[in-house]
Amino acid sequence: MSARVQTWMWMAQRASAALLAVTITVHLITLIYAVRGGLSAAEIIARLQGNVAWLCFYVIFIGAAAVHAPIGVRTILLESTPLSPRVADALCGVLLITILVAGLRAVFGLYGFSG
Amino acid sequence: MDRETTLRVSVWRGTDTGRFVDYEVPRRESQTVLDVITYIQRRLDASLAYRFACRVGMCGSCAMTVNGVPRWTCRTHVAKVERNDTLQIGPLRNLSVIKDLAVDMGEFFDKMQRAGATFEPADKGRADFAVVGPESPPRRLVDAAIECIGCGVCYSACEVVAWNRDYLGPAALNRAWSLVNDVRAGGNPARLRAVAGDAGCHSCHSHQSCRQWCPKNLNPTASISGLKRAVTRAAIKGTL
Repeated sequence: MSARVQTWMWMAQRASAALLAVTITVHLITLIYAVRGGLSAAEIIARLQGNVAWLCFYVIFIGAAAVHAPIGVRTILLESTPLSPRVADALCGVLLITILVAGLRAVFGLYGFSG
Repeated sequence: MDRETTLRVSVWRGTDTGRFVDYEVPRRESQTVLDVITYIQRRLDASLAYRFACRVGMCGSCAMTVNGVPRWTCRTHVAKVERNDTLQIGPLRNLSVIKDLAVDMGEFFDKMQRAGATFEPADKGRADFAVVGPESPPRRLVDAAIECIGCGVCYSACEVVAWNRDYLGPAALNRAWSLVNDVRAGGNPARLRAVAGDAGCHSCHSHQSCRQWCPKNLNPTASISGLKRAVTRAAIKGTL
């Protein structure tokens, strides 16, 4: 992997961290508000279904997490394990796809695309 | 000071494998760690290998690990670092040991070159002196980084160097930053490429061990942060 690509990955991780700072804050505040307000799980799901604003919000959240986490894990693997850069890159590619697929499946499920 | 007081000193003997050997050295007033090592080599064991030159904190050749901390030994007073009249003196960490307290600095200076540490004038045909105002912003940035004596203390203190053997290290990146800000210097696009990525500035975790132990009170972490900003700008402009 070239230094140019590594530089863009570093920038992507910083940008995704900024997005995560906002999305995690909104997510947690909403979570606490909903639970303290006495909303049931069914009522929360009912509010999420068909709501394009929440869909967009969580797609951004999942996208940022899918970019941020694998780049950080890659650094940890390279610095703390004897894995070669190629193997670390491959593992982090798998992690990216896993977070993206599992996260988007959950988000679209709540929106109502899959029942 | 009580002239009868002695110092128990454990000194690394061997190469990358070896052991600490104990010596007893008389305490003296205003005694430096380098004085202690010199006493051992001249009075107790002439086979002890170590390195020094100027003895006044200019040349950067006498750095060693003293009680677990990298220090320039010529300007480190025993009174400041001894614990219960004992000292442990070893070679710098992160560099292979040639013998006893002398490490191979080749890797350290090779990485300086890889980081683009050599000054090359931007305008080679220039006949006149370049006028650089002492208060100009680029000159002030250079001033903050320029006093490095190449002692290797920061390289020895850096955790990232220990984890990533390709990492250029604080001194090399600090030198690159001083040249990036030197309005007379050429070759900055290549220099920024050299310091980008996993082997360069982007691997710095900002632990600031380099800043904590630099005997010249420089802040290589700040220089590396500057390089990150400069490389980011170059990447966005498409010149990286």
